[in-house]
Amino acid sequence: MASAPTTVDHVRPPGRTWEFIKRLRRGDEVAHLITLLAAASIIVVTVMLVYQLYTNSTLPRHKFGFSFFLGKTWDPVSGEFGALPFIFGTVVSSALALLVAVPLGVGAAIFLSELAPPRISNVTTFVIELLAAVPSVIYGLLGIFILVPVLRKGVMPFLKTTLGFLPFFQGPIYGVSMLAGGLVLAVMIVPFIISVSREVLMAVPVEQREAALAMGATKWESTWQVVVPFARVGIMASVFLALARALGETMAVTMVIGNDPRISASLFAPGYTIAAVIANEFTEATGDLYLEALIELGLVLFLLTILINGLARLVIIATTQKGAAQG
Amino acid sequence: MSFRTRWRKFVNVFMLSLTGLCALVTVSILFFILGYLLWYGGKSLNWAFFTHLPTPVGETGGGMANAIVGSGKLLLLASLVGVPVGILGGVYLAEFGGQTFSFVVRYTTDLLNGVPSIVMGIFAYTIIVLPMHHFSALAGGLALGVMMIPIAVRTTEESLRSVPGTLREGALALGTSKWKTVATVVMPAAMRGIVTGVMLTLARVAGETAPLLFTAFSNRFWSSGWNQPIASLPVMIYTYAIAPYDDWHRQAWAAGLVLLALVLVANIGARLLVSRGISFGKA
Amino acid sequence: MKLKSSIATIALGAALIAAGVITLVDSPAAAPAPSPLLINAAGATFPYPIYSKWFTEYNRVHPDIQINYQSIGSGGGIRQLQAGTVDFGASDMPLNDQMLKDFKFQVLHFPTVLGAVVPTYNIQGVSQELNFTAEALADIFLGKVTKWNDPAIAGANQGVNLPDQDIVVVHRSDGSGTTFVWTDYLCKVSKDWETKVGRNTSVNWPVGLGGKGNEGVSGLVKQTPGAIGYVELIYAMQNQLPYGRVKNSAGAFVKADLASTTAAAAGEAKMMPADFRVSITNAQGKAAYPICSFTYLLIPANIQDAPKKTAIKDFLHWMLTTGQNDAEGLSYAKLPKDVVAREMKAIGQIN
Repeated sequence: MASAPTTVDHVRPPGRTWEFIKRLRRGDEVAHLITLLAAASIIVVTVMLVYQLYTNSTLPRHKFGFSFFLGKTWDPVSGEFGALPFIFGTVVSSALALLVAVPLGVGAAIFLSELAPPRISNVTTFVIELLAAVPSVIYGLLGIFILVPVLRKGVMPFLKTTLGFLPFFQGPIYGVSMLAGGLVLAVMIVPFIISVSREVLMAVPVEQREAALAMGATKWESTWQVVVPFARVGIMASVFLALARALGETMAVTMVIGNDPRISASLFAPGYTIAAVIANEFTEATGDLYLEALIELGLVLFLLTILINGLARLVIIATTQKGAAQG
Repeated sequence: MSFRTRWRKFVNVFMLSLTGLCALVTVSILFFILGYLLWYGGKSLNWAFFTHLPTPVGETGGGMANAIVGSGKLLLLASLVGVPVGILGGVYLAEFGGQTFSFVVRYTTDLLNGVPSIVMGIFAYTIIVLPMHHFSALAGGLALGVMMIPIAVRTTEESLRSVPGTLREGALALGTSKWKTVATVVMPAAMRGIVTGVMLTLARVAGETAPLLFTAFSNRFWSSGWNQPIASLPVMIYTYAIAPYDDWHRQAWAAGLVLLALVLVANIGARLLVSRGISFGKA
Repeated sequence: MKLKSSIATIALGAALIAAGVITLVDSPAAAPAPSPLLINAAGATFPYPIYSKWFTEYNRVHPDIQINYQSIGSGGGIRQLQAGTVDFGASDMPLNDQMLKDFKFQVLHFPTVLGAVVPTYNIQGVSQELNFTAEALADIFLGKVTKWNDPAIAGANQGVNLPDQDIVVVHRSDGSGTTFVWTDYLCKVSKDWETKVGRNTSVNWPVGLGGKGNEGVSGLVKQTPGAIGYVELIYAMQNQLPYGRVKNSAGAFVKADLASTTAAAAGEAKMMPADFRVSITNAQGKAAYPICSFTYLLIPANIQDAPKKTAIKDFLHWMLTTGQNDAEGLSYAKLPKDVVAREMKAIGQIN
C-alpha cells in the first residue's frame, strides 16, 4: 500500500523549505501524509479490484468477446459460456422486487412523513431501519422455510387459477422460483426506499402543503399532487440505490430462486442470478475457462451496479433541471 | 358537485389508509422475522450450541462454538483493515483534503460501497487465497474489512464536518497545530458519530456470507492462527439451511437467532448512542 | 495531558494499521507450533457422511491431527487441489487423462468406499417403491417425460396409482461427482443423453432446479412435492426419502443396498487398472445395482510438508483398515479385499 500514488508535491520551492520543515515538526505534514495514505489506499484497493477482475477474465473475453453477453448456453462440459440467462435472472428478479417494493415503500414513506404523529413516525422508522440491518442469509433462511412453502401451497396455485392465462403465471409450481427471489429481494430493499423517501418528503417545505390545502385540496390531493412531485428526485434516487443493492444481493436469492440458468417468461419457473451462480460454482469450477467465465460475470455485475449508480446520478441531475424549468 | 366532493373525500380516506397499510405491512415484516426466529431459534438454542463443535453429518447434537469464535476473529481482522483506513480516510476528506483529489476519493468510496459483496469475495480470493495457497481467516477478514471502509469514511467525514468551526478556530487561534487541533478537539467532539458509524458497518459485515464462501471457507474444528480456513456463523447458517437434516435446520435457526441478536443489538446500541448522547471520554 | 492523549489517538491509528500489516505479513510464519496439525481437504459430498465420521474419529484417536473436510462437491475438490488451496481433494469422478495432464503435479487416486446413486422422489400419496427403467430416467431428466403418470413411468409400475402431477427435476448446481456418476450412467444407457448432454461433474441440464451438494438436492426434494432428484443412497436413507429400483443391464429391477452395490463392484473390480480409475456404472450381473461408483481421495504424489505427509499416509492406512468398518453402518459398501491390498502398496508411492 506504500506505493500509493500520492499527490503531495515533495519538491518545494527553495524559499518555502524552511516553512515546510517547520510544519513537518509541528506534525501537520505527517498527519496530512498519514491520512492521505489512507485515502489513497481506498483508490488503490478499488483500482486493484477492477484490475483483478479484468486480468482474471482474459480467457473468456478473448474466446467469446461480446457474444458472452448474448449466449444462452452455460455448458461446462463443452466449455461454452453465455451470460444471458444470468443477466436476465438478475434483471427480472430486481425488477420484480422494485415492482413490489416501490409502491409499498413510497406508500409507507408518505404515511410516515405526512400522517403519522412525529413520535410514531420516528419509532416506526427506527424499526424499519432495523429491517435493513437483518443479514441476507437470515432472509434466505426464512425464505426457504416460510416463504417458499407459502408460495407453493397458497399463493402460486391461487395465481395460477385466477391469472393463469398470463404467461407469467404458467408452468409447474416448484415453490423456489423467480417469484420467490423477487419477493425476498423486495422485502430486503423496501427499508432503503422508505428511509430515504421519508426524509426527502419531510424536507418538502410546509408552505407547499399549506398552499395546496388552502386552495381546498384534500390531504391526499395535496400530498400526491404537490408534495410527492416536489420530492420525486429524491424518491427516484432512493429507488436506484435500492436497485443497485438488489442486483448484487447473493445469499437470500440463491437460497430461493432455484438456480437454473434458463430464460422463461413464467415467474413460477426457477431462475439464476449472476451473484448466485458465482456463489454456487466459484469454488468448484473445473478448468480455467470456467473459473474465468465466473470472474467475468463478477465484472459484469460490478459494471452493472456502477451503471445503475451512475444512472441514479443522471436522473437526479436531469430531474432537477427539468423541475427547475417547470417550477 | 356533491358527488365529486364525496368522491374526493373517499379517495382521500382510501389512499391515506392505504399508505398506513403499507407502513403497517413493512413494520410487521420485522416483527414477523423476529417472531419466527425467536420461536424456532429459541426452541433450538441450548448450551451445547455455544460450547460444542459440530458433529459428523447425520448425527444429532453438537454446536457452533467454533463458528461463533470464528465470526469474532473475522470481525477483528475486518476492523483492523476497515477502521483505520476508514477513519483516517474520513479525516483526510474533512480536514486535509484538496479539491480534486477529495472528489476522486469520495467518488471511489461511493463506487466501493456499491461493489456487490460476492465480487468482494472474488477479489480477496484472487489476491490472497490464490497466491498464499490457503483459504484463510485473513482472506475473509480482508474482504469484510474492505467492505467496512466506505461507510466508515462517510460517517467519519460527516461527523467531523458537523463539529462547529468555532471549536477549530478557537484551538488554532491558541497556536495549536492543525493535527493537534484535529486530534484533541475535533475528533473527540465527533467521536460519537464516528463510533456509531463503525458499529453500524461492523454490524453489517457481521452478517455477510457471500464474501466468505471462498475466502474464509469453513472449518469443522477450531481454527488456530490466522492462516487457516475458519468457520463463521453466516456460512454455517447457509450450509445448514440448504441441507436436508432436521437437526441441522434446528441449528440453523438457533444460529440465525444468535446472529440476528448480535446485529440488532449493535444497531440499536449505535442508534441510541446518537440520540441519547452517551459521551465518550472528554468532549 | 492534552498532548499525551492526542499522541495516543494518532498512535492508536498507526498501531492499528501496523497490527493489520504485521498480521498480514507475519501470520504464515507465526502459526503457533503446539497447536494441532490442520490438514485441509475438500471435495465430494457423495461420501461426506462417512468422511465426516472418519475425520472426527481419526481426530479422536490422533488428537494432534485435524482433517478439515469441506463438502463443496467433486468439481471443487479437483479445482482446489489444482489451485493448491487444499492438501488433498476428493472426487467420485476419477480424473480423466486430460485433467491429469492439466495438473502441474502427479495425483494419486485412492478409492475409499463404494456408493450408490439413487433416484429419490417426493410424490404425495405414493409410498411404494417405484421401478425406473433406464429410458424413463433419461427421458425425465431430458424433460421429455413431464408428468408422473406418463406411461414411461407407469408402465413399469403396474398397480401404483401415480398422480397427474408435474415432475420437478432436481439436479446439482455445483460441480459434482454424483452428477458425474449419474450422467455417466445415462450416457451408457441413452444415446440421446450422450449426444445432447454428455457426462461431467456439471453439465448443461435440459430441465430442472439446482440444489447445492447432495445435501441441497435432498433438501429440495424433501421440500418440493412432485420432485425427483439423484442423491447418494445415505442421503435418501437419513432423510427418509423414498427411492426407486432401477432396471439393470440384465433386465432386473434392483434396489440400491449394500449387496447390490457390492455385486456391481465384484465384477468390475477384477478389471481395475493400476491407477484405480474405473467406472462401474451399468455393471453386468443380475444382482448388480446399475448406478454405483467408487469414490476417491485425490492425493498429490509429492507432499513437501513432512508432518502432513506422515499424517496423510497414516490416515490412509487407518482408513483402509479400521475405517472400513464404519462403511456399512452408513450404507456404503466396503472396498473389495484385493483393492485394499493394492492400495496399501500404493501408499508407498507418496513421498
